[in-house]
Amino acid sequence: MEKFVSFTGVAAPLRRSNVDTDQIVPAEYLKRVTRTGFADGCFASWRKDPGFVLNQPAYREAQVLVAGPDFGTGSSREHAVWALQDYGFKAVISSRFADIFRGNSAKTGLVTAIVEQDGIEQLWKLIEANPGVAVTVDLEHRVVRCESVTLPFEIDDYTRWRLMEGLDDIGLSLRHADAIDAYEARRPAFKPTTLAG
Amino acid sequence: MGRTLAEKVWDDHVVARAEGEPDLLFIDLHLVHEVTSPQAFDGLRAAGRGVRRPDLTLVTEDHNIPTIDIDRPIADPVSAEQVRVVRRNAEEFGLRIFSMGDRENGIVHVVGPQLGLTQPGMTVVCGDSHTSTHGAFGALAFGIGTSEVEHVLATQTLPLKPFKTMAINVEGALPAGVTAKDVILAIIAKIGTGGGQGYVLEYRGEAIRSLSMEGRMTICNMSIEAGARAGMIAPDETTFAYLKDRPHAPKGADWDAAVAYWRTLVTDDDATFDAEVTIDATTLTPYVTWGTNPGQGLPLSASVPSPADATDEVAKVAIERALDYMGLTPGTPLRDINVDMVFVGSCTNGRIEDLRAAADVLRGRHVADGVHMLVVPGSVKVREQAIAEGLDQVFVDAGADWRYAGCSMCLAMNPDKVPSGKRAASTSNRNFEGRQGPGSRTHLVSPQVAAATAVAGHLASPADLEG
Repeated sequence: MEKFVSFTGVAAPLRRSNVDTDQIVPAEYLKRVTRTGFADGCFASWRKDPGFVLNQPAYREAQVLVAGPDFGTGSSREHAVWALQDYGFKAVISSRFADIFRGNSAKTGLVTAIVEQDGIEQLWKLIEANPGVAVTVDLEHRVVRCESVTLPFEIDDYTRWRLMEGLDDIGLSLRHADAIDAYEARRPAFKPTTLAG
Repeated sequence: MGRTLAEKVWDDHVVARAEGEPDLLFIDLHLVHEVTSPQAFDGLRAAGRGVRRPDLTLVTEDHNIPTIDIDRPIADPVSAEQVRVVRRNAEEFGLRIFSMGDRENGIVHVVGPQLGLTQPGMTVVCGDSHTSTHGAFGALAFGIGTSEVEHVLATQTLPLKPFKTMAINVEGALPAGVTAKDVILAIIAKIGTGGGQGYVLEYRGEAIRSLSMEGRMTICNMSIEAGARAGMIAPDETTFAYLKDRPHAPKGADWDAAVAYWRTLVTDDDATFDAEVTIDATTLTPYVTWGTNPGQGLPLSASVPSPADATDEVAKVAIERALDYMGLTPGTPLRDINVDMVFVGSCTNGRIEDLRAAADVLRGRHVADGVHMLVVPGSVKVREQAIAEGLDQVFVDAGADWRYAGCSMCLAMNPDKVPSGKRAASTSNRNFEGRQGPGSRTHLVSPQVAAATAVAGHLASPADLEG
């Protein structure tokens, strides 16, 4: 996983709440068996509308998404994160993220910054007043900056550390291989297995 | 201090705990399907890792498979490739798989419980958000992403941050004609699609206790639509009776030991929840959704809401957008909404009890002209049971389309889709834009309301068909 310390890029204002993962990447694109190549699926239905924010020239190259509350609800598809990343997004800012989406993002290096809705409204106004303006997501200092505005954002210490170091989760867990062995040795005998009869 | 049910199950699975780090939890059962697993197996191969516990892993094919002509190759080449890849992966890594055409095949969340693999006090994960279904047994069960699928395959553990607990008390008895689906739609309408974020929900109260395991699974299944990764119901005699003698349930002395443990899996009297919500079951009536997220639901007797009813700008925009997508006008009675299609099935309502409920409404009646009703059992075993009870004949006689098992019309990954601009009453779990096919419009309902709607041609409850 690539390290993330701070990123500055063009931000797009997505004035919608409950952006579910079926909107971020429709199910049709989930039939692929590869890990990359999902850029065309990113907001595929909404991008058919010429008025959609990412179709506006100023936001076409956006790499930071500023969205309404409850971003990433619905399905557990990690393809939603891959689609956003393949499209070019490095960070999403919202007042509330769905749990599974947020967890998936942390696994693959997409930063999800929680900023209060008041702050989101401020960002939307700044961006719309000056389309193409850059927004900085500074993970090290846990702040979002846009022009003269600096907003704190929430992310837990452990996830922040892992993202900044770009560490592989499986490797970290395997440090506990002995503890896993010990746990398996003391599991009750009545627990089921999936083996046939 | 006492602990909640969820905290007890969590504590019993901690493999490693360190200050400032997530707990490392052991996973008792890992269910795998074709959509969210191919990249995880690729990851294992790239890192030279194997599957640590094939004996705790089970693979099914469900999302992509057609519900007709299942003896023929899958026509869609992309779906066929995804199914081919999951079969190859299962073989390479030595995993048990229930393929299309197998008698044990079905939707992953129907198959686990029917085999008795889902048991109280277990941790159950799957790369599928409706894994919350298994919480009906008092298991801690939740959906995971593909990176986590790979993590569980490699280590049989997951690093997890602690969650908060929320009690959902459904007090009093459910009135006749009100189902588990109505209860969960009412709960989501009350707390919203983000209300459960960061929480594990525990459903409690008389109305929950009186539900069958099928009804409990319907409730827990949709926990994720309230934003909660998991929902749980404490195991009781109903749970034990359901599990007894199922193929993977404990036998003999193991059964006694298991039940003794399972009886400890209740929230202690002196435990506290981080949040509590109470619903008066006696006031509930059949619920339907009108909008494009599962929180946009109302009693069937209500009318389409107006953006003017919204309490803030974000909500107002959401209502406007939903009405525009759904093609609805504020003030229209929900009962006046005509439908083109009806779908009974999915991991929410594709179990035998759901099919019985739909058949009870359809018996001696006929699907309205111009309405296409699809009835899809959640598994091959559910289909066989329905046939043994003669339900298939009821569906066929009523003019419904009786199919083979699969996820079907829930999610537009297989041939069963709602055409653009068409409106469906669906017993599935999501009414998102395009969920049942590009441009599809979905109203979430119970199996009873689905069947009555099919007969009436507009949103209706079985009571509306009387007299």
